Amino acid sequence: MAAADAPALTDDDRPRTIVVRVSPGDRIFRGVLRGAGIAVLVMTAGILVFLALQSVPAFKAVGLRFFTTSTWFISTNQFGIAAILPLAVLIALIALIIAIPVGLATALFISEYAPPRLRRTLIAMIDLMAATPSIIVALFGLYFLMPRILGVEAWLAHHLGFIPVFGFTKSNFSGNYVGSTFVAGVVVSVLVIPIITSLSRQVFSQAPQGEREAAYALGSTRWGMIRTVVLPYGRAGMIGASMLGLGRALGETVAVSFILTPIFTLNFHVLEAGGNSPTFMIASHILEAGSKEISALMAAGMALFVMTLLVNTVAAIIINRSRSGATASAD
Amino acid sequence: MLQQESRPAAPSAPLPAVEPRVLLRRVTPEGVATVVGGAVGALGLVWVLYERVLPFSGVLGFWLCWYATFIALYAAMAALQWDKREVIHRVTTVAFVAGGVLTLVIVLGQVLYTLLRGFSAVRHLSFFIQSMAFAGPDSPLVIGGVLHAMIGTAEQIALATLLSVPLGVAAALFLAEVGGLLARPVRIIVEAMTALPDVIAGLFIYALFILTLGLHKSGLAAALALFVTMLPIITRASEVVLRLVPGTLREAAYALGSSQRRVVWNVVLPTARSGLTTAVVLGMARGIGETAPVLIVSGVTKELNYNPLQGPQVSLPLYIWNYAHIEAVTNSYIARGFGAGFVLVLVVLVLFAIARWLGGKAPGELSRRQRRRLARERVRA
Repeated sequence: MAAADAPALTDDDRPRTIVVRVSPGDRIFRGVLRGAGIAVLVMTAGILVFLALQSVPAFKAVGLRFFTTSTWFISTNQFGIAAILPLAVLIALIALIIAIPVGLATALFISEYAPPRLRRTLIAMIDLMAATPSIIVALFGLYFLMPRILGVEAWLAHHLGFIPVFGFTKSNFSGNYVGSTFVAGVVVSVLVIPIITSLSRQVFSQAPQGEREAAYALGSTRWGMIRTVVLPYGRAGMIGASMLGLGRALGETVAVSFILTPIFTLNFHVLEAGGNSPTFMIASHILEAGSKEISALMAAGMALFVMTLLVNTVAAIIINRSRSGATASAD
Repeated sequence: MLQQESRPAAPSAPLPAVEPRVLLRRVTPEGVATVVGGAVGALGLVWVLYERVLPFSGVLGFWLCWYATFIALYAAMAALQWDKREVIHRVTTVAFVAGGVLTLVIVLGQVLYTLLRGFSAVRHLSFFIQSMAFAGPDSPLVIGGVLHAMIGTAEQIALATLLSVPLGVAAALFLAEVGGLLARPVRIIVEAMTALPDVIAGLFIYALFILTLGLHKSGLAAALALFVTMLPIITRASEVVLRLVPGTLREAAYALGSSQRRVVWNVVLPTARSGLTTAVVLGMARGIGETAPVLIVSGVTKELNYNPLQGPQVSLPLYIWNYAHIEAVTNSYIARGFGAGFVLVLVVLVLFAIARWLGGKAPGELSRRQRRRLARERVRA
């Protein structure tokens, strides 16, 4: 609009075009760094490719029946993950049903209720717990938790047995409760709770101070403030944290291997002894497996990998979005 | 939070004689009595019902019932004294605090439990200076130990760290400093890989190293599997730290005419050094405890093996796996498993303490020694 009125531009008035010259050294440097980034992608792709290559013999033997067969007889070509994968999902679901409320409540306790002086210590504690080796949790689960859960299981089977999931078809003998999907789920939840707590606490503490004070100024109690400010702001973060917990629970190997008694039929009675998961199959079978079984285990591993990669990627996207503030609207 | 007292808007206007001051966070005798009464009452009620009247058993069930009864009792008592809003406020507060404390106790309990049960094996010196070569299922705890597993863990984690730190930090630099179209997928994949099922890393190395290349199980294979699990963790933690480096420092360096290489090398990396070290130490703490990746590829031995390139090599988690799970036939074996757990927990705790100690500093904040050196140089100049 100003072009017509403006006096003729002389050479000096024209804005200098800025040329960003990347020196050869920098170009190499950036290339090296980009190479490192690509290496990470290549590694992920490599995992997929190698697992896929190794699972070809198994798929050649049974084809797509691999996804619909629930037995595991290698020599007669009757093997598949139709029971193993759902059983693993069942363990993860039980773990999450316990871990999500407990983890979120603990996160709220640390970020909102704990005295500020204690907060740093509590945060350090939870972060440490999130880094505890899963084998320590497995020891704790097998030798401490399992004997103490049997009573709860017997109670659930007795009094809530009318709910199909808690149904119990075996005789009421404590050995029939050992090594069940339920126990494995509880032990895995001990592993998942710190992860959910640690991630959602970070999100909760990012809820803006201004809105918190506004809620208080309107006469809100602390719970009212949490319900109207902290939880809406942290919603995406809570979902993301729960999904990362799901990924972790699906991929847990050691804790479930310590607890489970292996079965190969799909049993939804979670209190009954016996359960399974691809990670458990891999850990317990691969050292003695023949080449065909190794291939079958690789295929099971790949199915698990693809599933967790999907879950984790979605979780990462959700968490990233919540961090950038794109969905941080309190409605 | 809101500390200011409310002031009357117009001082001249007639006011009620004394406006009662609003107290935030007050502790009244009634409040305390209600909490204590609820807790003790619930304890008594649950004890009578749970242990005496009804056929329940199990410590876990007891505390679950206690928690539920406590909240219910407290809510009932609160409803007698206060209005609805106040009741909701108080009940949620008590529920979150009690729940949080219970959870922390359980979560900390696993570490304490391992330390306690591991103590019977750890108090013998032989536990640290012998391998299991001459110990069988019935050997007393004074014979045999975890020396071979400690050596294995040290060598494998050292190799894995040597491999994953340069690549991880470089990938983090790519994400934080170079960026571009490729950065987004890399970042998402890295975040997804941090929660990779640990057994998959072992499976991948098994497929690549043993089935495809035809090599034997060894400490190196275990180190590679640990590398696969540690790389995304280190990359992600490093990127977070690199993003904390103030942009003004970078701009100042660019304004002085530095190339990007120089900026990264002389400004970004030194500024983020303490944070990067923390990231690496945390990655090591994660890697040390990983069982599933090494389980498949490192092989099992009872003997001392210093050479990670040849022959099976046991690490601490694998040692626990063997003696507390696979071969848990005698109490002595189980005690050894817990003993190794004791050592593992201590190592992780020490690594974590180091990470906290280093990570307490903001990027660019200098340690006392660095400040002294700077002062000395300034005096000399």
